[in-house]
This record gives sequence, C-alpha cells and structure tokens, in this order.
Amino acid sequence: MEKFIKLTGVAAPMPLVNIDTDMIIPKQFLKTIKRSGLGINLFDEMRYDDNGDEIPDFVLNKPQYRDAQILVAGDNFGCGSSREHAPWALLDFGIRCVISTSFADIFYNNCFKNGILPIVLPQEEVDKLMDDAARGANAVLTVDLENQTISGPDGGTIGFEVDSFQKHCLLNGLDDIGQTLEKGAAIDAFEAQAAQARPWV
Amino acid sequence: MSPKTLYDKIWDAHLAHQAEDGTCLLYIDRHLVHEVTSPQAFEGLRMAGRTVRAPDKTIAVPDHNVPTTPGRNDPEQMPEDSRIQVAALDSNAREFGIHYYPVSDIRQGIVHIVGPEQGWTLPGMTVVCGDSHTATHGAFGALAHGIGTSEVEHVLATQTLIQRKGKNMKVEITGQLQPGVTAKDITLAVIGETGTAGGTGYVIEYCGEAIRSLSMEGRMTVCNMAIEGGARAGLIAPDETTFEYVKGRPHAPKGAQWEAALAWWKTLYSDDDAHWDKVVTIRGEDIAPVVTWGTSPEDVLPITGTVPSPEDYEGGKVDAVRRSLDYMGLKSGTPLSEIEIDTVFIGSCTNGRIEDLRAAAEILKGKKVKDGLRAMVVPGSGLVRAQAEEEGLADIFKEAGFEWRLAGCSMCLAMNPDQLSPGERCAATSNRNFEGRQGRGGRTHLLSPAMAAAAAVTGRLTDVRELM
Ligand code: SF4
Repeated sequence: MEKFIKLTGVAAPMPLVNIDTDMIIPKQFLKTIKRSGLGINLFDEMRYDDNGDEIPDFVLNKPQYRDAQILVAGDNFGCGSSREHAPWALLDFGIRCVISTSFADIFYNNCFKNGILPIVLPQEEVDKLMDDAARGANAVLTVDLENQTISGPDGGTIGFEVDSFQKHCLLNGLDDIGQTLEKGAAIDAFEAQAAQARPWV
Repeated sequence: MSPKTLYDKIWDAHLAHQAEDGTCLLYIDRHLVHEVTSPQAFEGLRMAGRTVRAPDKTIAVPDHNVPTTPGRNDPEQMPEDSRIQVAALDSNAREFGIHYYPVSDIRQGIVHIVGPEQGWTLPGMTVVCGDSHTATHGAFGALAHGIGTSEVEHVLATQTLIQRKGKNMKVEITGQLQPGVTAKDITLAVIGETGTAGGTGYVIEYCGEAIRSLSMEGRMTVCNMAIEGGARAGLIAPDETTFEYVKGRPHAPKGAQWEAALAWWKTLYSDDDAHWDKVVTIRGEDIAPVVTWGTSPEDVLPITGTVPSPEDYEGGKVDAVRRSLDYMGLKSGTPLSEIEIDTVFIGSCTNGRIEDLRAAAEILKGKKVKDGLRAMVVPGSGLVRAQAEEEGLADIFKEAGFEWRLAGCSMCLAMNPDQLSPGERCAATSNRNFEGRQGRGGRTHLLSPAMAAAAAVTGRLTDVRELM
C-alpha cells in the first residue's frame, strides 16, 4: 500500500448527498479479478452518456478537475455495497482523499486499506471546502496527515480527527495482515479456549 | 457484572486481542465467500505465500453472476468475464480446501440464504462475508457484517477482523402488524424513519412484540436491510423460533453439543438495564404496506401516499429528490397506486425464501399477470426452489404467467443477464433502488413479495389489501 503523508492537489466538488457505491462503480465493472484498471469507469453512469461519450457537465470531465486528487462530497458518501472496487476505482483515477460530513462504515474502512484518507468534518467546514473546490485549479488543498490539518487556498487551516491505528498504517503504508499475524499467539490462545467453551462452532 | 446488550455479549465472547489504543481483533466463526469480492483476496494470499487459517469455517458459493435460466451448468452459457469469476472461485475453493457449493449443487443459492439453510449460521456467532447484506444472519442473534475484499483476505489469513466496537441502537417495534403488512414493510419503515445514514456507526438490535412474532424468514428480511439504514449489523435475540429453525440443519450441533449450545444461546439477550446509545420505537399498528418512490431506500412511503415534491425536503436532500424524481420519471403529487410498471421481480436475499414465495403465491392463486408485463420469480436457493415445487407454489406462479427461475442474485443487482432496459420500471422485492442498480436507466420500486404479486396482477403499484 502506498504511504499517505501529505497531499497537495485539486479538490473536486460533488455536493450530492448519498452518493452510493453503485454510482461510484456500477456492477458491470465488478467482474474483474484484478484491483487495477477501474479508474476509467469511476462514476461511469454519471460520467458517460449511452454512447460512451463524456458528459461535459460532470465535474471530473471538466478540464480543471481532470487531475483532481481530492473529492469534497455530500453527506453519507459511499453508502450501499461492500465492494472494494469503489475505493479501487477512486485510487486508480488518482483520488487519494475524500472529505464529507459522513461516510458509510464499510466504505470508510475500505478506504484506509487502500491508502485513501476519508475525512469527516462538520457541515460548515465541508461547505467552505466545497466553495473552495468550486474555484477549480485555483483552489489547491493541502492535506497533512501527520499534523491532521487541511490548508485551503486562502491560507486558513482546518483540523480533522483520525483513528490513531489507521493513521499509523497510512503514514507507514503498512499491511494489516502482517501486523495481525504478529499477534498469532493471542489468536492461537483464543482459538484453544473457544474450542473448549463452544466446541460446536 | 454490569448489564450488557446482546451485541456486548457476542463481542466479549469473540475478543481475541485488544491493543492499548483500543483496536481489537475479533475472532470470526464463519466466513462466507462469493465470486465477486473474493478473487483479489485469494490472489493476495497466494502472492504472499499465505494459507487459509480455518478452511473448515469458510464456505463458498457462486451467486452474483450465475445465470438463472436452464442449462446454466454449461459454463458456455455465461459471458466470458462472469465465467472467469466463477471459475476463479471454483479453483480457489478447491486449492484452499474450503466448503463449496458449485452451481451444479442443489444446495447452491444466494450466500445469505445458503448459510442459514445449511446450519452454518448459528446464534452467538460472528459471521462475515464480502457482501454488505451479511447483516441478514443477525436474525439468529449472530454478529454478522459485510466486509471489503482486503478484510476478506485478512479473515482468510488470520480468522480475525480488526475492529473498533460500534454503538448500540435499539429499534423496538411494539404491538402487532395489521393484515397485509410484512417484515419487509417493517424494515423499510424503519429506514424511512431513521434515514440511510441513521444507523451509521451502530449495531441495531430489533426487538418488541412485532419482531418476536416474526418467523425466521421474516427476521432475516428485517436484519438484511439493516445496512440500508447505515448499520453494519442488525441483531435479533435468539428464542424458541430460532432454536426450532436451527435444529436438525446439516451443520447445526447434535446430541450433547446441541444441549451445550442451547444452554449458552439462552443467555444471549440484552439485559434489562443495558445501556443504549440510541432508541427508536415504532408502533407495529402504525406500519402500512410501503413502497419506495425514489433512488434511496429511505425514499419510502405508504402505498396510499403520493409522490413527494423536492420542496418537502431540506438541505442537500432537495437536489437529491429532484434528481431522483427525474431519474424515476415521476411527477410530484401522483398517487403511488397509479404508477404503472413493466416488470416484477420476486427474489433476492431479502425476499427469496420459502415464506416469501408462499406470500406471493397466496395473492396470485387463480389470477393472471397483467398482459404485457414481465414477471419473474428467482428462488433464493436450489432447496427453496425444490420446496416451492413440492408445495405447488411453482405451479401457481407459472399458471399466473411468472417465469420460474433457478437460484441466484439475478435482477437484484443485474450482474447476470437478468436486467432492466433504460426507462423500464420494476416492482422488486430486493433491497436497493439505486440508479442503475437493476440495469442502466432502470427504475426500481422496492416492496414486499405480497405487494409485488399484487402489482403483477394489476400492472401498477397496488395496495395488497385490495386483493386480500
Ligand atoms: S441477492 Fe442482491 S443483495 Fe443479496 S447478496 Fe445477491 S446481490 Fe447482494
């Protein structure tokens, strides 16, 4: 997993609420057995018309947002299915950070596993960042995970919260499985005790 | 001992490790696997030279991609990408030695129907699957939730999940349901009340007289849609109804182990004075047969209502409603019962069990599907299908003009050939009405199996009570 330390990039505004995983990556693209290559189909049904041509109005099709690395989104982003194809598609497109007032739990977790930082902020701060993002390439944001701050184009800084374990993993690009396997003795002990207590499992 | 909720009790019984920063390793009793969210996880294992830690606790079944038409055992029937995914599950299951129900096995079906049916899902367990509707298994008083593919790989390798404990929410449905009102109406009504983000960060426990009176099938329908309310897991405390359902299933405990299991299961309930972070109470009598009108499961109204207007809402929802109505091709103020439909889909892990088919057949008996309407029943598993044939339900469906399909996810998410065309409108017993969910441009109205049957007869969204 790629480390996430500090990111400076263009933020794209997507104020729609309840952007679900079917919108992020429709199911016809879930048939892959790989993790890469999904970026071209990110937001497919909002991004392309029935002929497969780009819809010029869609935010990521606008010249100033084609290289966006940050999304500022409406409430309850990522609701719906558990498909990790959603963060894979975001990542493959180049998005490394999503900011919203709330995220669906599974999507939120899936982001961290893929080096994407989801940030939850109060409504007025998301509103302000949404306004900044609407200014396009003139409005570059800097997200500093180490110090847990977002700096806007006008020099203002906003702090954010992040789970300390997930922060540690992102900063160091650590794989969860390796870390858990280091606790193998605790799992062995638990398994032995559970086999006694609940032998039918 | 301080009082605990059911969630607290199951959590405590599965806590394998707790780090100083509060991060926990939760031991997983059952890991269900399907073809769409697992190939990258098995690939990851292989690349790292790891194995499946507990193959005996891991169960695989293909469901999302499989065709539901006859002759499907022939892989040539599947488009190439689907075939590759199913073949990958097939070879991964054999390579890693996990339990497996291939398409040719009568026990094959939707993963969340097969697990309980085979007795893999038992009270007090932790159950995960790379699928958000894993919440279904909570009906047994099992802590069950959906996980992403990285977590699938993590559970395969370690049989644990890294977790932080969620908050406790109690949803109580008091009293009794009115005639024509079902488990599906309960679960949609709850989401209508709390919103699709209302349960975010919580584990919901459903309780109250109306929940107690439900069969296991109905309880699974309720818990299935906990995720549509934003909650990762829904729970119902196990009781005699649960034990009765579980007893004698192929993988349920037997003999002395059954007695020991039962003794523990009977301790699995929330203590009277347990702490709840949030409580929602709904009177069972107040729940009407409902349908959704928009593209979020929270867009739900009684069938007697009318299509709302964006002005009825506030904040970001105003634009979302405008977009929904446009997508759904609906005008504000139209009575819901005047909305004409093209397709009826009965099936999915929400409503593809035997009781659902009985409820629909009950309405359809002696009636015909409206001319020109496409109607299909997709049983949730091969065994549900066989039982429905034995009970004569299949004949009722066929005589009414329904297509009688083989088991799978089918038009719930339209990854197989069962799809809506753009603009086509469907009354569906599944769980999601998102844009494009049942096919690009397709329009979905969620409802109960009885309501779906009623709609098939009249060709429009219909109050099932008019046909009872
Ligand atoms: S039936 Fe639908 S919701 Fe259930 S597992 Fe299949 S695709 Fe998912």
